[in-house]
Amino acid sequence: MMQTDEAKIRVDNLNLYYPGRQALRNINLDIEENEILGIIGPANSGKSSLLRAINRLHEIDLARLTGRIMLDGINIFDVRINDLRRRVGLIFATPVVLPGTIYKNLTYGPKSHNHFSRAQLDRLVEDSLVAANLWDEVKDRLRDSASTISGGQQQRLCIARTLAMNPEVIMMDEPCSGLDPISTAKIEATMLELKDKYTFILVTNNTKQAARVADRTAFFLSGELIEIGTTESIFTNPQDERTDQYIRGKFG
Amino acid sequence: MGFRIEPRVNQKIAYYVLLLMTIITVLVLFFIIGYVFKNGLGQLSFAFLTQKTMDMGKGGGIFSSIVGTLFVALVAIVIATPLGVGSALYLVEYTRGGPVRRVISFGADCLAGVPSIIFGLFGFIFFVIHLGMGWSILSGGLTLAVMIIPTIIRTTEEAIKAVPRSYREISYSLGVGKFDTIFKVVLPASLPGILTGVILGIGRAVGETAAVIFTAGSSHNLPTSLFSSTRTLAVHFYILAREGISMPKAYGTAAVLIIIILLINFAAYRLMHRFIARYY
Repeated sequence: MMQTDEAKIRVDNLNLYYPGRQALRNINLDIEENEILGIIGPANSGKSSLLRAINRLHEIDLARLTGRIMLDGINIFDVRINDLRRRVGLIFATPVVLPGTIYKNLTYGPKSHNHFSRAQLDRLVEDSLVAANLWDEVKDRLRDSASTISGGQQQRLCIARTLAMNPEVIMMDEPCSGLDPISTAKIEATMLELKDKYTFILVTNNTKQAARVADRTAFFLSGELIEIGTTESIFTNPQDERTDQYIRGKFG
Repeated sequence: MGFRIEPRVNQKIAYYVLLLMTIITVLVLFFIIGYVFKNGLGQLSFAFLTQKTMDMGKGGGIFSSIVGTLFVALVAIVIATPLGVGSALYLVEYTRGGPVRRVISFGADCLAGVPSIIFGLFGFIFFVIHLGMGWSILSGGLTLAVMIIPTIIRTTEEAIKAVPRSYREISYSLGVGKFDTIFKVVLPASLPGILTGVILGIGRAVGETAAVIFTAGSSHNLPTSLFSSTRTLAVHFYILAREGISMPKAYGTAAVLIIIILLINFAAYRLMHRFIARYY
């Protein structure tokens, strides 16, 4: 039966097994439209695995999955994989720009899905760079190799590259882990500006970052979802003792 | 036990041993090239490069051999590059490192070590006789292609494996399919490595003697088609020296051969750097 509730993404009894290791245990989670869901937790808690599963990237890791992930009420395994990945973008922890120019990095994805005129592509490049707060810094260098810009700029280029796909959901896997505070602030500002148009999932090792930008926060530990709630309640009044300890820096 | 060298002395010894090895290698190389050039460069003239071979090689030039060499190498590379690169792509991207890939890679390694005269014999029996191509540029080129495919497969394999996994993940995460990912991201990123393999292949093809003497023949007439027999520079050199026809002409031919290989390598590296400058 079709689900009729409002959740943008519903994770239903999800288990994920890598060869020899279970990465996710019985996860149930709703992600609402136009919210920023922060996911925190120590290393190996399954945060990144969840993002990879939603993008069906676990398939190239040879991982096995049970349970369901629904996007707008439709099982993601019933959607064409390339459509799913167009609708759900993923930003990785290390900014990886593809070999080639800034311009080419941005048009690579869209061109593989649709035909665009030159003018449309120019427009797309400008719009996505503006949205990612990068346009002013690179507008004269679009034909330069993407690897010539700084690390913080590269991460914003990666965000712009995802925006150029016109996605519905943007997942970020520790997007600021290698960046300086100024670049981090720019990316956080970008997320807050864009959340009216997109749904965000932000995995972060930096609990303060979740506190700054997330509407709701989920705490993962050893592949289990320990607690999820509004960011305020998670940070001020956690229900589980482990959440409390993690937030207060007792472990992790 | 008791014997211990002071670390700084140790470092010095290692440094000089390695330096000495490098010097020996480079000296041998320069000696060979220098020797050939010393005896051969004097022979070079416009006439030598543009006239046809006369009097079995005692007189005239080597124009037909230059043309023959380039065509044989061209046929070899045009056939071997797509086959080798395609095989390598299949092995790396579609076999997931299973037993198939290991067997084929091992086979390619073995083939790369087979003496070229064996390939010559194969080419003679298969292309020249069985397929009736006769002694020709085509037979010679095909034989050389078979000979250099393993080299191209192995270098391409390494080049493709060196492409960061993250490039593929990025491409997949943008919803780009496997085929497009391979051709638009993986292949361009591994092009410099592939080109290295192709250059090695060209070098082997241009310098090969044993395999072509069986398959392309030794006619010193100017080739007129792919089915013409031809005498490549290496074969010409071999015949001139072996049969004592003319040592000066032999050295002249060797010098031209070396210069051609240098020019091809130079051009290939220039091409590669231009590509990298544009792409990275």
